[in-house]
Amino acid sequence: MTLLDVRGLTVRTGDGRTLVDDLSFSVASGERLGLIGESGSGKSLTTLAVLGLLPDGMSATGSVELAGTQIVGAREKQLTAVRGRDAAVVFQEPLTALDPLMRVGRQVAEPLGRRTGLKGAALREAVGEALAQVRLPEPERIARAYPHEISGGQRQRVALALALACAPRLLIADEPTTALDVSVQAEMLDLIDALVREREMAVLFVSHDLAVVARVTDRALVLKDGRAVEEGTVHDLVRAPRAPYTRDLVASARTLESALDLRSPR
Amino acid sequence: MTGTDALEPARPKNAARAGRRVRGTATLVVGCVLAGAIALLALVSLFWLPFPADDTSGGRLTGPGEGHLLGTDKLGRDLFTQVMTGSRIAVEAGLGSVLIAAVIGVTLGVLAAFAQGWLDDTLSAFLDILIAFPTLLLAMLIVAARSATLGSAVLAIGLAQSAVVARLARILVKRVLAQDYITAARTSGTSWPRTVLGHVLPNIWPTLVVNLALQFGLAVLAEAGLSYLGLGAPPPNASWGRMLQEAQATFTTAPAGALAPGILLVLLVIGVNLIADGLRDTLDPATRRRRT
Repeated sequence: MTLLDVRGLTVRTGDGRTLVDDLSFSVASGERLGLIGESGSGKSLTTLAVLGLLPDGMSATGSVELAGTQIVGAREKQLTAVRGRDAAVVFQEPLTALDPLMRVGRQVAEPLGRRTGLKGAALREAVGEALAQVRLPEPERIARAYPHEISGGQRQRVALALALACAPRLLIADEPTTALDVSVQAEMLDLIDALVREREMAVLFVSHDLAVVARVTDRALVLKDGRAVEEGTVHDLVRAPRAPYTRDLVASARTLESALDLRSPR
Repeated sequence: MTGTDALEPARPKNAARAGRRVRGTATLVVGCVLAGAIALLALVSLFWLPFPADDTSGGRLTGPGEGHLLGTDKLGRDLFTQVMTGSRIAVEAGLGSVLIAAVIGVTLGVLAAFAQGWLDDTLSAFLDILIAFPTLLLAMLIVAARSATLGSAVLAIGLAQSAVVARLARILVKRVLAQDYITAARTSGTSWPRTVLGHVLPNIWPTLVVNLALQFGLAVLAEAGLSYLGLGAPPPNASWGRMLQEAQATFTTAPAGALAPGILLVLLVIGVNLIADGLRDTLDPATRRRRT
């Protein structure tokens, strides 16, 4: 069953520049799709357009169907109902994606309480469980902390807990590991992988890093200047890239990897 | 506190922040003492005054002492009684104006922040015009339409200040709306009203409270100015502004009549400004102590 169906999505700015051009892709229930592209290729705008959250002055045309709801041109009320329930987002920068003046626990409690209808002590307990699920140590302490009081990796786990608290059918991960240290990155990817597998959630994984996408998703779409240049399984993309841009991407990823091989002690 | 310290990443900024916090607390305490003393005077004046407001039995322009703590004015009224009544009027003027400014200003500011295109431009221009419009002229218009009462003065000051507060609130809300955590809240399906109440207002609140405290001081000064010109509370309610005006002619022979309200006015305004400064330092979210 198709969960997300994007057909001919085009995003334009107020002064007529085209940032995403005639993009089409679909994600089935439980499927994982990667969106690869350099910064400015329209990856993040695509994820925002999927939820009808484009910045002021930008407009989308085409068709975005999320779990049967047409997002393009939908009313605010419909969009509010769809957001969280059908798709939730983990953003790149965990510090700015959390309200600095609200305790972490309350932020997680907000969507959780709305979805489950829990209140008081039961809700607090559920928040603790949600934080424990993303493998945060001492969830009770973290729940009482403000975002600036916990580390970057912990913040991103909180952001993931927040997105999962909505129990969405599609998890949109917008560069969820880019702001993290490499060692924390790997843990985070494994965590996303495991949690999504348990819940049979579909994933739209956005990244500029081919290696990161290869680790999480099976199929990927390569974006360049707002256009899709190639689509296929990650295996095929890496083994036999057809578009010149994909070839560059794979080549540069290989160069980095070989640099590591050359320098590592034998 | 050790539990908090363990959580805090070692940032060099923390020491400076902690210093600012301590200084902020000290400023806050001094400000609260100054403003609190005058607020207490105002509170007492509601229940007890040394002399009735229209009692002229003390003789004209007597010096301090002899039953009259600060002496009497040129009509023989007790100065301390007038100062107490004046403090009540000053506090009322400050609170009333700030309340009006906060309610109208924040509402207008939040709405203006959500407006787009021509509506946004129109609202901003409207606020700018309102700010440029002299408070005195506005007060005279309102007094002409109603009558010279404390209410008219407070209404005029409050309206004038609500434009300032609205412009500030608009900028603050716009800045918060551009933050990722608002988008994040929206992606999880939080509706606009809940986003504003839960995330926007708490985040503009610290800056807004500091500004409202400053507006309180300005309102007290503005009320004194209006009373000085005869546009404030009518006699026999002695406002500090009118006391200053009445004591002007006899300042050289009986300075107490001008000094007493003048000094209290300065103390109250300094007090609330110190409170504003202290609040700014202590409300910094990064230095706020965790309540566990």
